[in-house]
Amino acid sequence: VSRLLYLLQQESSSTELRTECAVVLGSLAMGTENNVKSLLDCHIIPALLQGLLSPDLRFIEACLRCLRTIFISPVTPEDLLYTDATVISHLMALLSRSRYTQEYICQIFSHCCKGPDHQTILFNHGAVQNIAHLLVSTSYKVRMQALKCFSVLAFENPQVSMTLVNVVVDGELLPQIFVKMLQRDKPIEMQLTSAKCLTSMCRAGAIRTDDSCIVLKTLPCLVRMCSKERLLEERVEGAETLAYLIETDVELQRIASITDHLIVMLADYFKYPSSVSAITDIKRLDHDLKHAHELRQAAFKLYASLGANDEDIRKKIIETENMMDRIVNGLSESSIKVRLAAVRCLHSLSRSVQQLRTSFQDHAVWKPLMKVLQNAPNEILVVASSTLCNLLLEFSPSKEPILESGAIELLCSLTQSENLALRVNGIWALMNMAFQAEQKIKSDILRGLSTEQLFQLLSDSDVNVLMKTLGLLRNLLSTRPHIDHIMSTHGKQIMQAVTLILEGEHNIEVKEQTLCILANIADGTTAKELIMTNDDILQKIKYYMSHSNAKLQLAAMFCISNLIWNEEEGSQERQDKLRDMGIVDILHKLSQSSDPNLCDK
Amino acid sequence: GWDKHSYGYHGDDGHSFCSSGTGQPYGPTFTTGDVIGCCVNLINNTCFYTKNGHSLEKLRINVNSFLFFFPQSNLYPTVGLQTPGEIVDANFGQQPFVFDIEDYMREWRAKIQSTIKRFPIGDRLGEWQAMLQNMVSSYLVHHGYCSTAAAFARVTDTTIQEEQTSIKNRQRIQKLVLAGRVGEAIEATHQLYPGLLEHNPNLLFMLKCRQFVEMVNGTDSEVRCFSARSPRSQDSYPGSPSLSPRHGSNNSHVHSTGADSPTCSNGVMSTKSKQSCSKYPALSSSSSSSSSSSPSSVNYSESNSTDSTKSQQHSSTSNQETSDSEMEMEAEHYPNGVLENSSTRIMNGTYKHEEILQTDESSMEDNCPQRQLCGGNHAATERMIQFGRELQTLSEQLCREYGKNTMHKKMLQDAFSLLAYSDPWNCPVGQQLDPIQREPVCAALNSAILESQNLPKQPPLMLALGQASECLRLMARVGLGSCSFARVDDYLH
Repeated sequence: VSRLLYLLQQESSSTELRTECAVVLGSLAMGTENNVKSLLDCHIIPALLQGLLSPDLRFIEACLRCLRTIFISPVTPEDLLYTDATVISHLMALLSRSRYTQEYICQIFSHCCKGPDHQTILFNHGAVQNIAHLLVSTSYKVRMQALKCFSVLAFENPQVSMTLVNVVVDGELLPQIFVKMLQRDKPIEMQLTSAKCLTSMCRAGAIRTDDSCIVLKTLPCLVRMCSKERLLEERVEGAETLAYLIETDVELQRIASITDHLIVMLADYFKYPSSVSAITDIKRLDHDLKHAHELRQAAFKLYASLGANDEDIRKKIIETENMMDRIVNGLSESSIKVRLAAVRCLHSLSRSVQQLRTSFQDHAVWKPLMKVLQNAPNEILVVASSTLCNLLLEFSPSKEPILESGAIELLCSLTQSENLALRVNGIWALMNMAFQAEQKIKSDILRGLSTEQLFQLLSDSDVNVLMKTLGLLRNLLSTRPHIDHIMSTHGKQIMQAVTLILEGEHNIEVKEQTLCILANIADGTTAKELIMTNDDILQKIKYYMSHSNAKLQLAAMFCISNLIWNEEEGSQERQDKLRDMGIVDILHKLSQSSDPNLCDK
Repeated sequence: GWDKHSYGYHGDDGHSFCSSGTGQPYGPTFTTGDVIGCCVNLINNTCFYTKNGHSLEKLRINVNSFLFFFPQSNLYPTVGLQTPGEIVDANFGQQPFVFDIEDYMREWRAKIQSTIKRFPIGDRLGEWQAMLQNMVSSYLVHHGYCSTAAAFARVTDTTIQEEQTSIKNRQRIQKLVLAGRVGEAIEATHQLYPGLLEHNPNLLFMLKCRQFVEMVNGTDSEVRCFSARSPRSQDSYPGSPSLSPRHGSNNSHVHSTGADSPTCSNGVMSTKSKQSCSKYPALSSSSSSSSSSSPSSVNYSESNSTDSTKSQQHSSTSNQETSDSEMEMEAEHYPNGVLENSSTRIMNGTYKHEEILQTDESSMEDNCPQRQLCGGNHAATERMIQFGRELQTLSEQLCREYGKNTMHKKMLQDAFSLLAYSDPWNCPVGQQLDPIQREPVCAALNSAILESQNLPKQPPLMLALGQASECLRLMARVGLGSCSFARVDDYLH
């Protein structure tokens, strides 16, 4: 190899010889991964890139072919392409040389474009303009590689996607060209890849979700890719792309759910390896096994997207044969990808109140879910914990058993996570858990969380965490005995926290939530005193009563009303005190206000 | 969908009904404002419904089984309504469908075509190749492309069953017919295949009718000899069709070359091919008859002056034509003549060269619209009328011997009708004058000759083609849908 490389780099050797060297090296690279590794160790890439500067086209093509083979190998780090900025621009320039340079360069780009950084680099070097016209090349291979290039360039990249919609090639807009490539008599690979391009463009907002090229072309094409007639790889890719396309749009979810019985079709994804293949054909079994995980996770993902918003679709999914069992099994699979997808699917389905009460309960979904939550990687935890949030809703029959299996401790630990989403979900779940809960649960939560942690959360930089924490407090501080009990133990700290937030720079929702907490406190029998004795707080309530925002006014009013409630002992004194503060004047003013809610009192 | 052999999709519950009162959960419900479509696929016997352009699941139907047993039974679109005052718009394609049916059809067309393309022949590859070669070779032989056939046989290492002489004779006769010189063709047939036309009075009548038409046209030798023009120019009449039959062609693309330019290179080619031909001496044996009749140029130029020697000379003329207006391969296969008598050959070449100039002029004339009856010659017209009388007599005679024949009557009537118009070329029956009409006559004659030689009257290729077309027709009749995506025409270019 080193001799070949030496000859290749020798300017003095004839181009024929150098070309042959590149060809031989390319053949070596076609071999095992180890071959590629050792070629990489010999610094073959810089040598070949150097070769691209040659004036001889045949030599350039040979170098490119070899580079292509090396770059499409999984052992080659993509970054090697980006070490020298001039390389990309030189490759762009070579795109015009011949159909072979076009094919190889596009192939290199599509394999080496991983993530937004690479996308941006290629985009900034004019990849879109340089490659667009290759989509109408006479060579199928060039067209295909150019298409692949666009599918990776546009993937989750709004900038590229927005540019693509307006590109015109041969008098046709790029989306129209993609739609042509979706036609059913085109090779499957081409249909699938152009569907991916259109999907990316749609998700980026470059094409509307109700555009006919999405609704009547891309979506049906992707559904077709999920059918039994397609290869396993194509079915996986088709389902994943479709899941991505419809993820956030209810209308597309509805259309997909009725197209070609997709929901039933997806159930077949779980039938690999089939019992037949196990007996008859070892090769087939191997093939099936290899794809079985991929198929399952793709199906879960697509089910998750389908059921994200529409209750009827969720019902249809759950009614599919053995669906809940499959999810439950999926939760305990060894493959992280499958587990994650299964949790996502479960999460999507858990948004249904009816299902929470029925099939979720019948299948004791909470058990495997709690198991998943132990020692799982963060990405799974995020989805699993938000599923748990739903399962802990007050009406969910799973709430009890989940509590019994140590959920409080788990959730409390989540609130200490570095990961923001986990903190939100943890505290959210706790909030749900505390809603109309028994005294014991509430104390358990408070104990598990510890006041320090609670304060920590109240000073969290994220509004969501703060809101949920306040929500938790509010849920904890409901029904009179609970309020008095908690305030007797943690009164001081809570009052401090409330003061802090009311004084701090927070948005209106946060303040409103805080005032509601105060209102709850004011509802307590003994807890009232904590407010009445705190002039600072009373002044704040008074301030918010004349605040410009009606919601805040209303919340503050609740506090007052709770404080002066007539039927309670000592109400007279409190009324007197408040009157002294001039609250009555404000009330008079408010009673003349136009807002009926405010006039209430 | 409740009745036997009926299928339905109900809007109230979204169920599908397949010849049964109990439905299966199928699709969404539908109501006023929805567009519901139904697509029956006769290839795989499925049907699916669409709602607002989205296809729902495909269902199996058994259209075929009962179409097969009861070809008269068919599927009919039906819509059932429940609400009074309901209005339904039916679209059978007069407006574009919401569902992209074109795309669906494209998929199936591609599927069927790839099935045909990838038809498994297993390890019978050799057999197939031999068969295909045989088909091509027999086709060439049938239509008298004898040199091409010989070259093909040489390359593919196969043998030709029919004798070269026989092929050449047929070729000659066919050429005469296609050049519109039917009289000579009849004469040649009498000479080469005595008894053939006598046993085929229908064929003879057809030929004679054609001859009459060609007389009107001014192309037949009996009238041409009166013409002021050089007969040679008539030979290369630009409208004369080529030998091989056209499939569904019209006149528009006939003879743009007018057979002029290839002639020029022919003389040169022949000398060149001398060397290459000598490599295959075995093949040179059979062309004796044609080389023997090869005329000298002197002889030829006088040939049209007298009627008596007419047929003799014209057969020789045709022979020359063979070597000049046919493809250059032709030249290779006169090695006999060339080797023995190369001086004549070269003279031929130069002689022709002079001719070309003439041909060019005359073909220009031919293209101009002032065509005249029988070439505008009075004597020729009289000859034609006389011939017409003979034809009438023949018809009456045939009628007496074999009974009435409406076909004959029609032919005769059509042919005579030409005289009723001042410009026969632009009259309702003027189509007869189109050179393309010579083809069926030519093919019939060719087939008859072959039959008389105990050879197939149709080449296997044409038989296969016919079988394929017939097979497709049969498929269509019994409702096998794939036939609609496998048109024979798609494979003929």
